[in-house]
Amino acid sequence: MPKYLLLKHYRGGPDQLDIDVPFVEWTPEEIDAHMAFQHDIARVLQENGEFVDAQALTREGTWVRYGGPDAAPVVTDGPFAEAKEVVAGWFMVDVESKERAYEVAAWVSSAPGKDGQPIHEWLQVRQVMEDRPEES
Amino acid sequence: MNEALLRTLVPQVIGVLVRRGTTFATAEDAVQEALLEAHRTWSDRPPDDPRGWLVTVAQRRLVDIVRSESSRRRREETAALEPPQGPTEHGDDTLLLLFLCCHPSLTPASAVALTLRAVGGLTTREIAEAFLVPEATMAQRISRAKRAVSGQDFSTPADIAVVLRVLYLVFNEGYAGRVDLAAEAIRLTRLLAGESAEPEVAGLLALMLLHHARRDARRDEHGALVTLDEQDRSLWHTDEIAEGVRILSAALARERSGEYQMQAAIAALHDDAPAAAETDWVQILAWYDDMVVLTGNPLVALSRAVAVGEVDGPLAGLRALDGLDAALGEHHRLDAVRAHLQERAGRDEEAHASYLRAARRTTSTAERDHLTKKAALLRSRSRTR
Repeated sequence: MPKYLLLKHYRGGPDQLDIDVPFVEWTPEEIDAHMAFQHDIARVLQENGEFVDAQALTREGTWVRYGGPDAAPVVTDGPFAEAKEVVAGWFMVDVESKERAYEVAAWVSSAPGKDGQPIHEWLQVRQVMEDRPEES
Repeated sequence: MNEALLRTLVPQVIGVLVRRGTTFATAEDAVQEALLEAHRTWSDRPPDDPRGWLVTVAQRRLVDIVRSESSRRRREETAALEPPQGPTEHGDDTLLLLFLCCHPSLTPASAVALTLRAVGGLTTREIAEAFLVPEATMAQRISRAKRAVSGQDFSTPADIAVVLRVLYLVFNEGYAGRVDLAAEAIRLTRLLAGESAEPEVAGLLALMLLHHARRDARRDEHGALVTLDEQDRSLWHTDEIAEGVRILSAALARERSGEYQMQAAIAALHDDAPAAAETDWVQILAWYDDMVVLTGNPLVALSRAVAVGEVDGPLAGLRALDGLDAALGEHHRLDAVRAHLQERAGRDEEAHASYLRAARRTTSTAERDHLTKKAALLRSRSRTR
């Protein structure tokens, strides 16, 4: 079965939706409901035998690259206001089809936010490559 | 401890418990626990009668399982506990289990997982490792599959075509881990072939053997793919080729052809050639012609185009690709075959673009690397000219 990475974003997607701003305006109850929803997703995926991994990332990241021979790594701290996309975390699933991966992504995107309304966050769905040659 | 013996006994012991009236799901759980205990203790104290030992320990576990189950779970199980229409006493429990685990109501992935555990005798951890998912996820997949088939009539065989498809998936889909799933698929298909007169069963077994025989030549020392025409044929396992050819010949003699026999026939013709240049492409093309008629599968038509390219030249091969775009769309193999034929026709620039397009579209890192390298080779050749 193919594996898919469902990338969650703090910011980004086709219409550059920024869910950071509303997030800070939620009530504690709304935040609890949102977090409970995320845990439910992981639990149901687990029960379905589809769960591979789920992780959240810290908000700020650091850009690092090779600095040349005998030089220290080049390190650039964020935040990067110009960055179009900020990855928040992911679910990785092992599912029968691409359609099923889309279904799970849409479900993740329906997580409740302000007033219990779906947040409609964009997720980027990427298939995980395998070493094994594709079946002919 | 004799791992092979242990694994052969697993489906038999499940069969014994089911015939004594236990549900399949519960019997499988009990045997799995007995199996784990065997792994723990047999190396120090091997039993005189391994089968009897497993039955006794599984039976004891069964009592524990029934006691510890919640009342909710027990209510669920009651429906499934209706006395299964047990197989005839002399029926082969292993085969019945195989059919049950490949029940058409299961998704292919569930059938594969359940088959490997209940019939193959692998542990959940081993199966999880082979498919690169967490053990807990694989445990759930197996337990859902067991619930799904528990209500099924144990005596009604499922569709043999589904069983063959599941075995073929086991053969192709294993990635990593300790267990050689291709060898496991061969073992299970051999079991089935021993009991079934269906020529397609023999066809599948032959196909597996004829492919498996090339396993040591398929990758180079860095793990990169080596295509059939460049493989070191001295690394092929001639004993497996001989066995595959023998099984295939017997199947073909029954004159009830099918896709697996046809694929095996093509594999046999490749295996039979002492060098790539001596491959009997005319016969291979004839088999592909038949297989396209039988299956209507555009991927078969794509493979046929390669054979056309060998028999009638690359331009004819390219013409054989006409019309496949609509059916195959974004499939990387269409671009890969097109690139190969364009390269042979001396159309390097087009071939270069096709290789890169194929490399972008494949979901296999090994194929991506191979296709990218082919494109790079073409480019460096055009530079040095």
